Amino acid sequence: MPLVQETDYGTPASTSTEVVGLTIDGIRVTVPAGTSIMRAAMEAGIQVPKLCATDSVEAFGSCRLCLVEIAGRTGTPASCTTPVAAGMVVSTQTERLKQVRKGVMELYISDHPLDCLTCAANGDCELQDMAGAVGLRDVRYGYAGENHLAEAKDESNPYFTFDPSKCIVCSRCVRACEEVQGTFALTIQGRGFDSKVSAGMAESFIESECVSCGACVQACPTATLMEKTVIEIGLPEHSVVTTCAYCGVGCNFKAEMRGEEVVRMVPAKDGKANHGHSCVKGRFAWGYANHRERILKPMMRERIDQPWREVSWDEAIGRVASEFKRLQLTHGVRSIGGITSSRCTNEETYLVQKLVRGGFGNNNIDTCARVCHSPTGYGLKATFGTSAGTQDFDSVEHADVVIVIGANPTDAHPVFASRLKKRLRQGARLIVIDPRRIDLVRTPHVEAAHHLALRPGTNAAILNALAHTIVTEGLADEAFIRERCDLSAFAHWAAFVSEPQNSPEAVGPVTGVSPDEIRAAARLFATGGNGAIYYGLGVTEHSQGSTVVMAIANLAMVTGNIGRPGVGVNPLRGQNNVQGSCDMGSFPHEFSGYRHVSDDGVRATFEELWGRPLDAEPGLRIVNMFDAALDGSFKGLYVQGEDILQSDPNTHHVAAALAAMECIVVQDLFLNETSRYAHVFLPGSTFLEKDGTFTNAERRINRVRRVMAPRNGMADWEVTLAIGKAMGFEMPYAHPAEVMDEIARLTPSFAGVSYDLLDRVGSVQWPCNAAAPVGTPVMHAESFQRGKGNFMITEYVATDEKVGPRFPLLLTTGRVLTQYNVGAQTRRTANVVWHEEDVLEIHPHDAEERGVRDGDWVKLDSRTGGTTLRARVTDRVAPGVVYTTFHHPVTQANVVTSEHSDWATNCPEYKVTAVQVAPSNGPSDWQREYGEHGRKNLRIAAVVAE
Amino acid sequence: MATWSEAEAREIVRRHSGREGPLLPILHDVQAAFGWVPPEAVRVVADALNLTRAEVHGVVSFYHDFRAGPAGRHVLKLCRAEACQSMGSEAMAQMILDRFGVAWGDTTADGAVTVEPIYCLGLCSCAPAAMLDGEPIGRLDRAVIDDIAREVGR
Repeated sequence: MPLVQETDYGTPASTSTEVVGLTIDGIRVTVPAGTSIMRAAMEAGIQVPKLCATDSVEAFGSCRLCLVEIAGRTGTPASCTTPVAAGMVVSTQTERLKQVRKGVMELYISDHPLDCLTCAANGDCELQDMAGAVGLRDVRYGYAGENHLAEAKDESNPYFTFDPSKCIVCSRCVRACEEVQGTFALTIQGRGFDSKVSAGMAESFIESECVSCGACVQACPTATLMEKTVIEIGLPEHSVVTTCAYCGVGCNFKAEMRGEEVVRMVPAKDGKANHGHSCVKGRFAWGYANHRERILKPMMRERIDQPWREVSWDEAIGRVASEFKRLQLTHGVRSIGGITSSRCTNEETYLVQKLVRGGFGNNNIDTCARVCHSPTGYGLKATFGTSAGTQDFDSVEHADVVIVIGANPTDAHPVFASRLKKRLRQGARLIVIDPRRIDLVRTPHVEAAHHLALRPGTNAAILNALAHTIVTEGLADEAFIRERCDLSAFAHWAAFVSEPQNSPEAVGPVTGVSPDEIRAAARLFATGGNGAIYYGLGVTEHSQGSTVVMAIANLAMVTGNIGRPGVGVNPLRGQNNVQGSCDMGSFPHEFSGYRHVSDDGVRATFEELWGRPLDAEPGLRIVNMFDAALDGSFKGLYVQGEDILQSDPNTHHVAAALAAMECIVVQDLFLNETSRYAHVFLPGSTFLEKDGTFTNAERRINRVRRVMAPRNGMADWEVTLAIGKAMGFEMPYAHPAEVMDEIARLTPSFAGVSYDLLDRVGSVQWPCNAAAPVGTPVMHAESFQRGKGNFMITEYVATDEKVGPRFPLLLTTGRVLTQYNVGAQTRRTANVVWHEEDVLEIHPHDAEERGVRDGDWVKLDSRTGGTTLRARVTDRVAPGVVYTTFHHPVTQANVVTSEHSDWATNCPEYKVTAVQVAPSNGPSDWQREYGEHGRKNLRIAAVVAE
Repeated sequence: MATWSEAEAREIVRRHSGREGPLLPILHDVQAAFGWVPPEAVRVVADALNLTRAEVHGVVSFYHDFRAGPAGRHVLKLCRAEACQSMGSEAMAQMILDRFGVAWGDTTADGAVTVEPIYCLGLCSCAPAAMLDGEPIGRLDRAVIDDIAREVGR
């Protein structure tokens, strides 16, 4: 596969529907009105020389290379800033233009190092290309004049360097930072000859406001901003388009390779979720694949206090099969189960659930989506009929009012955040509903119209109050409701939200938000044009998670914000394949496509294809597995790619449950925390090492393509097949494409999906079937999937996790930009320079009351357990609320979190824990004990050379 | 000239709040208050206007008039544009620089005066022209230079 060379049209595409015809170098061209001459030329295959233009940013007109001559006009206008006009006759190559361009290039080169042969950009440098294109042969000015060649290099960023001696001050980096990323971290400092790209106020990149998204590096036409990996390795020779394995945005990347070595990951311009943009994680934090701690050989042990012993794949798989069979013989068919991962592909997830249902003969299958977005599936199915978001990400470009509730996109979904911020800069209004002042509340060039800083756990109350205002003030979209929704359900619901206890005035004291603010936000959302709601785990990870998802759906329906671009209900999925792992039948009660296991007709289709009778009884959820393990009826577990010990709530309880099981099989990249209690460790492969698909938050099925052989010898899907085979359940597939074919056969919403289709069109959003052969960007356009939209009653019920004299503060949790979830990957990259430990944010008032200063060690205690970490005193959190991230195992945030969970789906209530904070001088007892336990239980026996 | 005070900087920003394009007026007032635009001021102004430090720094560094260091008690701007040059401004300027013992942009060791170049004061009819602490001065010659030196206490 050759290196993918994307065409640079120089300026962004025009969205005009009007077309204009003109002639460029004798060729007739027809383009949308507003297109630049440069772009029109490129569309006709005519490349106008350019340096400061690139199609990811608006035209700038500074480099003076792209000049053209236009018949009937004087001078030589820049083709990037001159729009086409009907009948225009343009010449891009004339004697006069040649002279001008050569002169301009001479000026550039007179102040540029002539070290092309040893330059990291050699062969990938637009300045070099343009010198060739204009026929530069000598520089009349010589090289002895004043220049910038001695400027010092800035190597402070771990991933790229800034070498001002090579800079031509085209401003592409500055504009990419502004227009694409929306961070505005770069500027041109000084003027004239002194002009220089500056990060922050003449700071180093690492100290500046830069978020390391890489947009500037990508935009740079020279070696000024350059990936360190390219400097070290050299230029790639081929590339493979694949999908990022971090968050639910699902960015497409070109993995640019040299042999089997990744040189760099470059966001793909035709990626339909990211359109050529990226964040620091996807762009740069892939080095964990080669981290020295990665386990590449299977390992076993008889007891968990023994050191691990490396064994062959056959021995390890044999042990898994014999142990699982033994446990089922002794303790019954339902004594074992499996957990699928939202980090793995659809195909892998499908195979694990198939192994459990078909091979184990029970439905004890659950997924890590249980602990994040299970309420989304439940809530949206109940109201709309489909367990998924309603829009594509492009939809945000048409939104006029955006509600962000319980989500922190600039940290957790950065590429979406950039797209949202762009829309906000264009004038869309923003309402943030979050206990914490997330960056979006106020960040350069973006300011929320309303920030409803509610007390954790009161989402339902706030949403009911918003609905109350809309219904009682006559702001409901009656035409939409009459046409699209179940009227009796609406009447019932309208009466409910209109009750006085749901008024902003009644809800104010409960939520801590002023009634006027609630009313103003409701009016804005109902009357401000296209209203879109984006939400995250701050909605789902509550005892009322499912209730709040339904309240969000109600709010969208009552304002008529469903079924067209710019509106909708948009869950921001935490992981790359949360949507997919749910779609694939990872829940104990559902087959792929969310069909209940007790449905005889559906079950029969699976039984027929798999050749096995299947259990009609739903199996155990993760929490039930733990409970069953503690009461002795659940003995064996196959965990693919989830660190349940670190990520599930109430670590003590999870640890006790794991310790009570007899065979735990962990399949992962690293010896994760769960593997302390495991008996067999099967090394996993990274997304770079396998073929498959991920389904992102917008239901988009993206291809994951293998760029290197699995370093552990087997891709994850092959390991599952091997376990099945050893247990007598053959799943014969030669390639994940065949798994997808089976998924398509058995799942109506995937009926049209195949690797062939994905290779042809790039990606599709399900439903993809005969009715929608290339997928469905916006759902419920004509009617809801379930027929009529269903308003659900969403009464606010306070969580049982209550503050009191012993635990007076509420703890809530979240992520930072540079780290990802339990950090298994990002902690093993240079991203640790930005976030080396989790800290506890505490309001100055609460800090002072406790004698806690910024940077102090504090003890964080809840009814469940205690841990210690450093405090950061900040008014980002309200008085009474504390906040931490959960990326580091040493912090053990989940030692503290409670056992409360969503009433409908058991999604844990991570976002509300009553806690106390006190000064401390060291790790908690548990942390000490746990550290000791890890030193013992994570040993690997030295391999003795024979 | 006041020493740096965040409260005063915030007060300057507040005076211009609600105004369209407030950045330049604020920066002028900051320089008037503190004699220069300290880096702390860049942070305060950026925060108040919801801009980045980079953006404010870009603007401050673009205009030569915004000083990156404290000025002397007096500021003398000497015109070096074409009309004044034709009337011998360079020689006058050299005389002043030598007399005060400074280079362009520098402040005398005793902090009395900062000498800065300026490119056209719009006072070409009275070239060579200068400006002392905001007051225009025309027809520079030895006598006028003596007056200036007396004024700044040198």
